[in-house]
Amino acid sequence: MTPPATRAPARAEVRKTYKLYIGGKFPRTESGRSYEVTDSRGRFWANASQGSRKDARDAVVAARGAFSGWAGATAYNRGQVLYRVAELMEGRRAQFVDEVSRGEGITRPQAERVVSTAIDRWVWYAGWTDKVAQVAGNANPVAGPYFNLSAPEPTGVVAVLAPQDSSLLGLVSVLAAPLVMGNAVVLVSSRDRPLPAVTLSEVLATSDVPGGVVNVITGDAAEVAPWLASHSDVNAIDLAGAADLDWAALEARSAGTLKRVLRPRDGEVDWAATPSGPARILFFTETKTVWHPKGR
Amino acid sequence: MAKMGTFEYAPAPESRSVVDLQPSYGLFVDGEFVDAAGTSFKTINPATEEVLAEVGEADAADVERAVAAARRAHTRVWSRMSGAERGKYLFRIARIMQERARELAVLETLDNGKPIKESRDVDVPTAAAFFFYYAGWADKLDHAGFGPSPRSLGVAAQVIPWNFPLLMLAWKIAPALACGNTVVLKPAETTPLTALLFAEICQQADLPPGVVNIVTGAGPTGRALVEHPGVDKIAFTGSTAVGRGIAQQVAGSRKKVTLELGGKAANIVFSDAPLDQAVEGIVNGIFFNQGQVCCAGSRLLVQEDVATELVERLERRLMTLRLGDPMDKNTDVGAINSRAQLDRITELAAAGDAEGAVRWSAPCELPSKGFWFPPTVFTGVSNTHRIAREEIFGPVLSVLTFRTPDEAIAKANNTPYGLSAGIWTEKGSRILWAADKLRAGVVWANTFNRFDPTSPFGGYKESGYGREGGRHGLASYLHSEGDDL
Repeated sequence: MTPPATRAPARAEVRKTYKLYIGGKFPRTESGRSYEVTDSRGRFWANASQGSRKDARDAVVAARGAFSGWAGATAYNRGQVLYRVAELMEGRRAQFVDEVSRGEGITRPQAERVVSTAIDRWVWYAGWTDKVAQVAGNANPVAGPYFNLSAPEPTGVVAVLAPQDSSLLGLVSVLAAPLVMGNAVVLVSSRDRPLPAVTLSEVLATSDVPGGVVNVITGDAAEVAPWLASHSDVNAIDLAGAADLDWAALEARSAGTLKRVLRPRDGEVDWAATPSGPARILFFTETKTVWHPKGR
Repeated sequence: MAKMGTFEYAPAPESRSVVDLQPSYGLFVDGEFVDAAGTSFKTINPATEEVLAEVGEADAADVERAVAAARRAHTRVWSRMSGAERGKYLFRIARIMQERARELAVLETLDNGKPIKESRDVDVPTAAAFFFYYAGWADKLDHAGFGPSPRSLGVAAQVIPWNFPLLMLAWKIAPALACGNTVVLKPAETTPLTALLFAEICQQADLPPGVVNIVTGAGPTGRALVEHPGVDKIAFTGSTAVGRGIAQQVAGSRKKVTLELGGKAANIVFSDAPLDQAVEGIVNGIFFNQGQVCCAGSRLLVQEDVATELVERLERRLMTLRLGDPMDKNTDVGAINSRAQLDRITELAAAGDAEGAVRWSAPCELPSKGFWFPPTVFTGVSNTHRIAREEIFGPVLSVLTFRTPDEAIAKANNTPYGLSAGIWTEKGSRILWAADKLRAGVVWANTFNRFDPTSPFGGYKESGYGREGGRHGLASYLHSEGDDL
């Protein structure tokens, strides 16, 4: 029973300050701004950090610094690290269910299913780390005495605009894919539903994902994404969360440094469906071909 | 014939009588040669500045007709044909190219200026091999690993450069057709002739009309083609500047794009490298095709303790290169493709002087007519020099030094480009370590500038995206699950 508004609760709960996640730390936005996050019925829920251009640039620096270590880790190691994210999410299940249900306006049983699928999505991607090179790479039978091998490598620093609606499952789907092969990610959360991204940051911070490999900026993609699209140290950008923004303009800005651009899909995306293959992983890879002569 | 070595060679010119040059050429649209609605331009022999032919300049209306022909051919014929049948046409084309290899080689050398031994031994046979390789894929696409039931994209707009005119045509057309697409291809303004001879080969092969269309012209023709709303795919090989423009232009569309752009490859020589082999690799890396190669090894990174000896051996070797008549079978270094390109090389080399690098050029007499630049080596180059950062696209090598393997990798990767790289060392573990660290799409270890139809080629970073060649090259021309993310 809700107590009368005039009376204080027996104990005031300790509320969380929602911050950014950059370089393995939780800074407030450099801009000092916050914005109101409401639940699905429009009631005040929290103040989230409103990430800025400077935050995005700091995140790119952190991602670049973390890239070579993560890309250079063994595939087996990356697989275990990503699997551990699933383990830790399971431990925070109640919190995710609460946030998804409250933010997306779905029932608790529905939110339970969303969280379960999101956790399973990490497991699915974790299992790919040491298999992608086997299904997407191959020896090339060149017409000469040469050893010739092609294999995928991570593209580098990837900017990801997380889906606006699917605040956890969509988020996990677009984040896990580029991590598989060793990219470092700067992610901009859903604007209106940023809290699962913050909670996931806390999971990542206590997992074995090295600091800087994932950086999370909450706020408005419309404001932050143009700077990521034109940043010369970002190699690729996933526009999943820009479907309702002027994504053509973001793609045009990305052309300046010839970023790989993953365009948003037309229409609604069913994030609950298991991906039909490793295509999203492969989008953020480069094929490297190595030649060496054979001889006695 | 100018000579650089001490031995005299008798002239050994290839006969040009094998080529039947027409005074003027039209466009190839819907299976027929037609006059361009626009104006015409001259294509010249860059070794002599002699006019070879008048070529039609396709305008927007011509491009419209070509795209419409390609669309019709895709809808009515090519996309409905079984893969096995499509493949047989490609096999046929490969065979006719082999039959007419000598003619193609002579025409390529006349129009491009490259030595006949290169067009004869590399460009033409490799072009035919591309058709032969992709012919076999046409009925095996379900097994290529791109998901179930991959299908063609539709009409491909293809724009190619002047450095390997016929070979670049083959890289573009062979996989596109194997996957069931039809094409409109624009050859470079200065080298249209082998593409037009290829059109004749398509006629001899009875390729259905409209499957291959060739529109000649310069930048505006290419722009009209790329911007045409009726094309589904754009494949471009050329400068990074133009590639950026294309990436910008297609923004917001659903067109699929492959870009193969510039490079500034590091060729790294460790002190334990077999130096004589390395010298051959360096020469091949930067002087093959007069250095007009996007993946040229234009930055030589030498470990400090062998730098002096290596540069001495390199300069000695360069003095034996024979520069001159590209039609002579003994010629190693041919003509620069155009006055504009020669001017760019000259300007960048002057910047090398101005910024304090030390220039050495092979002492050879340059022919009085045509466009020529001697094999040139700059030493004392630092990473900040323009000749270490900008693509010269000419026979100019910049030599830098390093002390540790980590420094070599850092310097090699210190460029916005990422097309290719070279490694020279006898130590196997170091090769594999360096190959992992280099951010480049093709890494040649103890070799350089090797190409094969089965082997994917393409860049990292600002050298573009997508791969050409090999199984991976199919993905550029197929609609597969990766396009529905």
